[in-house]
Amino acid sequence: MTTPAVQLENISKRFGSVIANAHVTMDIRHGEILSLLGENGSGKTTLMNMLSGVYHPDEGTILINGEKASINAPKDAYQYGIGMVHQHFKLVDLFTAYENIVLGLPVKKGERKEQNEEKIRQICENYGFEIDLEKKVYDMTVSEKQTLEIMKVLYRGADILILDEPTAVLTPQETDRLFEVLRNMRADGKAIVIITHKLHEVLEISDRVAILRKGEFVGCIPTAEATPQILTERMVGKKVELQIERPLPQSPELRLRVRHLNVISEYGLPVLHDVSFDVYSGEILGIAGISGCGQKELLESIAGLQKTETGSEVTFFPAGNGTDTPLIGLSPRQIKKLGISLSFVPEDRLGMGLVGSMGMVDNMMLKNYDECSSFFTNRRTPRELAEKVMIDLDIVTPGVFTPVRRLSGGNVQKVLVGREIASAPSVLMTAYAVRGLDINTSYTIYHLLNEQKMKGVAVIYVGEDLDVLLALSDRILVLCEGQVNAVLDGRTATKEQVGLYMTHLERKDGNSHGA
Amino acid sequence: MDRILMLIQAAVTFGTVILYGSLGEILTEKSGHLNLGVPGIMYIGGISGLAGAYFYESAGEPIAFVSMLISLLAALAGSALAGLLYSFLTVTLRANQNVTGLTLTIFGAGVANFYGASLMKLAGGVGQISVSVTSSAYRATIPFLRNIPVLSTLLFRYGWLVYVAVVIAFVMHHFIYKTRTGLNLRAVGENPATADAVGIRVTRYKYLATCIGSAVCGLGGLFYVMDYTKGTWANDGTIERLGWLAVALVIFSIWRPRNAIWGAYLFGFLYWMYMYISGLSRGSQELFKMLPYVVTLMVLIFVSLRKKRETQAPSSLGLSYFREDR
Repeated sequence: MTTPAVQLENISKRFGSVIANAHVTMDIRHGEILSLLGENGSGKTTLMNMLSGVYHPDEGTILINGEKASINAPKDAYQYGIGMVHQHFKLVDLFTAYENIVLGLPVKKGERKEQNEEKIRQICENYGFEIDLEKKVYDMTVSEKQTLEIMKVLYRGADILILDEPTAVLTPQETDRLFEVLRNMRADGKAIVIITHKLHEVLEISDRVAILRKGEFVGCIPTAEATPQILTERMVGKKVELQIERPLPQSPELRLRVRHLNVISEYGLPVLHDVSFDVYSGEILGIAGISGCGQKELLESIAGLQKTETGSEVTFFPAGNGTDTPLIGLSPRQIKKLGISLSFVPEDRLGMGLVGSMGMVDNMMLKNYDECSSFFTNRRTPRELAEKVMIDLDIVTPGVFTPVRRLSGGNVQKVLVGREIASAPSVLMTAYAVRGLDINTSYTIYHLLNEQKMKGVAVIYVGEDLDVLLALSDRILVLCEGQVNAVLDGRTATKEQVGLYMTHLERKDGNSHGA
Repeated sequence: MDRILMLIQAAVTFGTVILYGSLGEILTEKSGHLNLGVPGIMYIGGISGLAGAYFYESAGEPIAFVSMLISLLAALAGSALAGLLYSFLTVTLRANQNVTGLTLTIFGAGVANFYGASLMKLAGGVGQISVSVTSSAYRATIPFLRNIPVLSTLLFRYGWLVYVAVVIAFVMHHFIYKTRTGLNLRAVGENPATADAVGIRVTRYKYLATCIGSAVCGLGGLFYVMDYTKGTWANDGTIERLGWLAVALVIFSIWRPRNAIWGAYLFGFLYWMYMYISGLSRGSQELFKMLPYVVTLMVLIFVSLRKKRETQAPSSLGLSYFREDR
């Protein structure tokens, strides 16, 4: 047998008292795609960061092609032919693709741009990508940025590639294209490691699956012998129910009516164009769309955070015999008081809705401190609430006063969603609630949303993972370029159908008939 | 006609002081560091150059060229040291850049005025200090070209530091926008994490950009002392005012050294215009002196309205960088 590309022997890494990796021993082989699987905080990214030079192991040795390697900086990693594509792209927005590719490389004598471009074209041809070298990164789609990242790594001569959650933000079609490229690379003899939470992708693309649990290496299984059930159980360490329930909506009533919603961005471009739909109680309305095609603005318009154009109508129909209330023109606080809540999980997971340096108690207070009649703050009620949320949602934190910034991503999101649910809303809007969460935590959140739905809450769920949207939603609204492209039945729609509606605008607006 | 020529001359001399300050600050800001210590650094550059020249001249029998060299080196070294102090605080210790910069301005003004007063005392009293030999070396013009009518007044009646400033601006522009090292520097200022990931030594770039930038700022102070005030010292706070104008000019030039050249002369023109318009009262003179700031505000508004990514400040300007740690 040939020497593995990378051999990790007894690798350990600690951050203060937290053990991120403990005695990990595994290998990565040439001409193979290895999936690295594990829950949030199981140390996958840390382990790979030790290969890419971001961290240095406290203990253990790394062998590259059979030789002992010492990787102290990203630069060293490139020297060993290791390249990592991070989850958050490391690109300079203001630069062109070409500038990003050559950035930081030593300038060779007599180097010419044409030669470099030729080399890039060659790589494109070999693996089947397309890249526009003069395009600025800020004009690129997520998928183009990812291609650029991969190109950057290949241009530096990497033959060991690590991809951290590469499909998290791609459409199914883009994912297929990426996998095609990865397969070409595998055929070329490169060693590829892919970190992902999506089990079906693991099964589709990889040859072997390595599993980490709480920083320890649990084992490696050939993909041919793996099933979602086996993988999840080894990852979590116990039996897990992998079924998203979808009870039928109970006596749905109209809760929210949106008509002719138009939003123009600060750059003067239309973000939402003539959006109309209804939301019913006791159902989950999924919203699908490629990132940045109006989801955020849509939710924010309903929550009163977004300026809408005249003619836009959003009407709220309270449960029971309350009167219809137009929401446009009301302040976010008035809308919140009506029982319409929004939890938005942005890319950085903090920054919207939670204050990182404050503990759970103070974050709970943010939503309702104004209801307190005394001049002084009252921490007792929010504290009780925080403790309840902590127990209900199984949040791992040293205490309710620990700044939420110090919690792991999954726990931060549970605090955010937990707080919104605790306010007993009648419309619950949540965007990217499971962004970057592992499978076990994700299911906890789906379960919570279903619970709300059964209570008669109208749930609007904006998600990235189509499989989940299809399994969870009663109806799916597909946005494309800021317009409602289709409203599908969640029980019958297929992934390909949704993917197609996400990328190809079917309906045209009234003015362009016959064009 | 003569009036206009004189105004242009005044504008160019005035503009050169702030051009140096701006060029230095542009280089520093391209590395992502907002150094509000520009006035202080200009002060330090000025006083270092003056002290160097004074001690050399008062040792007797000064040679103009040597004296010029000594004051030049003293100014460069003094201001680069101030830059080093700023870099140590903001890059290594990650102190708040605004606070550090403002402190440096106050510190620089204090140091300069303290030693300025001491030097005046040594020289025999207020207004007595004068490094005429050195100053004349800075203000020497080329003999042949001096006598061409109009053209010479416009182009050849300046000290050599005026031309050097323009050369530095062009060289810096080429460096920042046309070389790979410049590309790396811009990457550091835009997105240090990305720069770090591709193996650019972020800390080294930040230190060098700040120290070299400060040295260039310091030349502004030196030029002010040696050329603008002809080798004398006054504790009147003019350098500080010019320092802030230099910071405004950075924004005016939208971080492009080449724009800073004409911007500086325009500022000088606007600033001195009141002298050449007859019949202005004291009050309206002050209004005229305000013009450079008004123009900067207008540029800021215009640039913000256009929302073009290329004309904005470096993305990570003012932010400290440290590799992600838990």
